[in-house]
Amino acid sequence: MKNRKYDSKKEFKSGLKDGIPIALGYFAVSFSLGISMVAAGISSVEGTVMSLTNLTSAGEFAGVRIIAVGGTIAEMALTQLIINLRYSLMSLSLSQKLDESVTFWKKLLIAFGNTDEIFAVAMNHQKSLTLPYMLGLQSLPIVGWTLGTFFGAIATGLMPEKVSIAMNVMLYGMFIAIVVPNAKKSKPVLIVVLIAVILSCMFYYIPFLNEISTGITIIICTVLAAVAGAIFFPVKPKD
Amino acid sequence: MNIYIYILVMAVVTYLIRMLPLTLIRGKIKNQFLMSFLHYVPYACLMAMTFPAVLYSTTSIIASIAGVLVAIFLALKGKGLITVALSASVTVFVLSLFL
Repeated sequence: MKNRKYDSKKEFKSGLKDGIPIALGYFAVSFSLGISMVAAGISSVEGTVMSLTNLTSAGEFAGVRIIAVGGTIAEMALTQLIINLRYSLMSLSLSQKLDESVTFWKKLLIAFGNTDEIFAVAMNHQKSLTLPYMLGLQSLPIVGWTLGTFFGAIATGLMPEKVSIAMNVMLYGMFIAIVVPNAKKSKPVLIVVLIAVILSCMFYYIPFLNEISTGITIIICTVLAAVAGAIFFPVKPKD
Repeated sequence: MNIYIYILVMAVVTYLIRMLPLTLIRGKIKNQFLMSFLHYVPYACLMAMTFPAVLYSTTSIIASIAGVLVAIFLALKGKGLITVALSASVTVFVLSLFL
């Protein structure tokens, strides 16, 4: 056994601390996800299992809609692939910042909890990323995300309908909160977003187009808008 | 179909997306088109899922529009995720009492 260069306990604690705000935010958002799940006919246990095993807001949200309309398995797999493709980029960036002590098997663990917010905090961390730090960082958000879904799902029946309907809007509100500041800073992002919204509205309102399933529609809108962005506003590599 | 089959497919696909690049790829992405595409995907995807579905997510389209406008306004002001999301929700709730 070679000596580690870091103190595992300290690293884990430091990760836990950094994960607290993420966990709180996740609880609130997954609470509203739990409400949407019940509305789509998914039970609280099924929803909780989904959140624990998936840990992705956009992916689960799309998944719930596909389950609600009884989409095919291929449609589900393809939708998850497209919507969550961004994680591959994040994992790639993350791999560059991992401590050299992080071996293959440890990477398999770290990969599970690489969400947008955990990735953002990890990349902001001043030191190279160790396994204990990453496990600390991920654990509370995973708990928050899973419990939030569970409580949202079981609270649905207990809440007045007007409250649960209003909470339905929370997740959309969070999506707006993620996208709008970036669209404000970057004109290309704004244009890409507008293309996606226009396409999505076309698939909603235009006859024949609106017969295409939700999952496929999300993929088409996302891919077309992102391809347009990549063609007209290529992003220059940072380093 | 059994919902757990859907959940299993979702979990496996999502895990592989996160795991494969972390373990297999060592170098940096060189392809500018792929990099740019991946850069725009989250924004395009989130908004394609939001519009126009959000307008029909409550019982009143007017309440939904008000909620969206409040969210956009607060997001432009640089407010955090929770503030924006809760404000949109409260707006819809208050309006739903009257509409």
